[in-house]
Amino acid sequence: MTLALETFGISKSFGGIIATNDVSIKIERGARHALIGPNGAGKTTLINLLTGIISPSGGRIQLNSEDITQLSSEARVKRGLARTFQINQLFPAMTPLEALMLVISERQKLGWKWFMPASSNSNVLTEALEIASNLRLGDVLNETTSSLPYGKQRQLEIALAIACRPKVLLLDEPAAGVPESERDDLLSTISELPKDVTVVLVEHDMDIVFRFADRITVLVNGGLFAEGTPKEMAADPRVKAVYLGENHGENVDHG
Amino acid sequence: MSLGHANLSQLAQLQARVRWTWLEVVFWLAAFASFFFLPKHHLILNEIAILALFALSLDFVLGYAGIVSLGHAAFFGFGAYSAGLFAKHINADPLTGLAVAGVMSTLLGFATSFLVLRGTDLTRLMVTLGVALVLGEVANSWSSLTGGADGLQGITMQSLLGVYAFDIRGKTAFGYSLVTLFILFLLARFITNSPFGYSVKAIRDNRLRASAVGIPVNARLVAMYTLAAGYAGIAGGLLAQTTQFVSVDVLEFHRSADLMLVLIIGGTGYLYGGIIGAVIFKLLQDFIAQITPQYWQFWIGLILVIFVLVGRERITGGIGAIFRRIGGRS
Repeated sequence: MTLALETFGISKSFGGIIATNDVSIKIERGARHALIGPNGAGKTTLINLLTGIISPSGGRIQLNSEDITQLSSEARVKRGLARTFQINQLFPAMTPLEALMLVISERQKLGWKWFMPASSNSNVLTEALEIASNLRLGDVLNETTSSLPYGKQRQLEIALAIACRPKVLLLDEPAAGVPESERDDLLSTISELPKDVTVVLVEHDMDIVFRFADRITVLVNGGLFAEGTPKEMAADPRVKAVYLGENHGENVDHG
Repeated sequence: MSLGHANLSQLAQLQARVRWTWLEVVFWLAAFASFFFLPKHHLILNEIAILALFALSLDFVLGYAGIVSLGHAAFFGFGAYSAGLFAKHINADPLTGLAVAGVMSTLLGFATSFLVLRGTDLTRLMVTLGVALVLGEVANSWSSLTGGADGLQGITMQSLLGVYAFDIRGKTAFGYSLVTLFILFLLARFITNSPFGYSVKAIRDNRLRASAVGIPVNARLVAMYTLAAGYAGIAGGLLAQTTQFVSVDVLEFHRSADLMLVLIIGGTGYLYGGIIGAVIFKLLQDFIAQITPQYWQFWIGLILVIFVLVGRERITGGIGAIFRRIGGRS
């Protein structure tokens, strides 16, 4: 078993509140790993710890067997760890094409180039167009990001992470707030992610979790509560009690 | 990889943003025309060109990097003293001196850039203000070097390129400042359209996401701040050389504050804001000073308040907004 991402007793407290409590998880390479739990379970905090937006009070993080606990967010991205955000974090004044080219230029180490127009590199452009068309952004490439419909912005949120060409991709509630009519595009996007990319998915929507994940970790009160295959989790009475709720069994059957 | 037909059209759209618009061409033609057709106004035009370059520098910091500064005069003044002292004691060649002013301020900018990386806008305001105050007091107190409150006197510049002597009516001065402004503007235009420029704008618009897509946020901000300091130093150097005098006034708070005002008038983040703001500010200042020499600051203050209340867009809408739309930059 090759591990893409592994944590060793990682913890984080804010003042007296323990947001993440001694969490050790192993995520296999190529996995579709869902991270679920009730509100306030510490899912987003864990993602922030993994990506280096906040630093842990204790414990270690390994990416492809390399200790990344002390690395900056940028350095983790360069090593293949990318993420999306629960609330869109985009560049509102840029067009999707500009934003994608920005990210790709950075990855190709062109970010310090100051004496050529950003638009002059045809390799960067070709790759940006390819990602845009895979992510269903081809029709809005030259529109200002802030004017895009929410569903398209959500697609762009994922596209920017893909443009980092990650080995491990963390999706923080990708479907949050996406209207029903634009949902299919988004779900297809998630299921079409390259197989060799390890995906960690934080999601509230159980339909998506059970349709998508091959492994589920349940967090409760900042700590690891249960872990297993979707079937095991759906059958686990403790998980049902704390999280899934009484009527969840039906959803599983449908999914 | 070859580009398909669709790709080429995308490329054309992108490159349209980099191309010069006719309005920009007219703008610069007018600027150079003023050199030939307004010989009586070379002195104030020189002041405008210097202020415009200084404002362009603050636009890098404020408009592109999103760092607020109330102490940008630190770099302007440091450049002015560097150029003045260099001309007085070492070499009076203008271009060499200007390069020295730029390099010295660049170094100061790099050294102090680390102070503005963290904290909120308020702490940045205070820190930048503090740096300028410290330098101002040093210049004031170290009178054996700077001439203190009397200013640095006895600067005599050599002819520009060995040909154009600095004359009392400011012809050489304005030509020199205008060409310098234009060259540095061209450079700024390149920089802001480059991958580096885009990454700085990305940091300004969303620092969290910028770092989440692998942009080294702090290093880029240091670079932009340092570059801006160099620009400000060159502006200060121009002032010292063309007036052949440096007063402690170059480091004073009102320089930084006026500069902020210039950018508020002209708008930030599209490069022309500083230049347009400088033209309006200086003409306004000159006009009011002619009517009421003692109370011009009262009127400038009042106009500022009206500007902010009514909204800049509605007042300069005719100029700034058109430029922004046609320039297509953000």
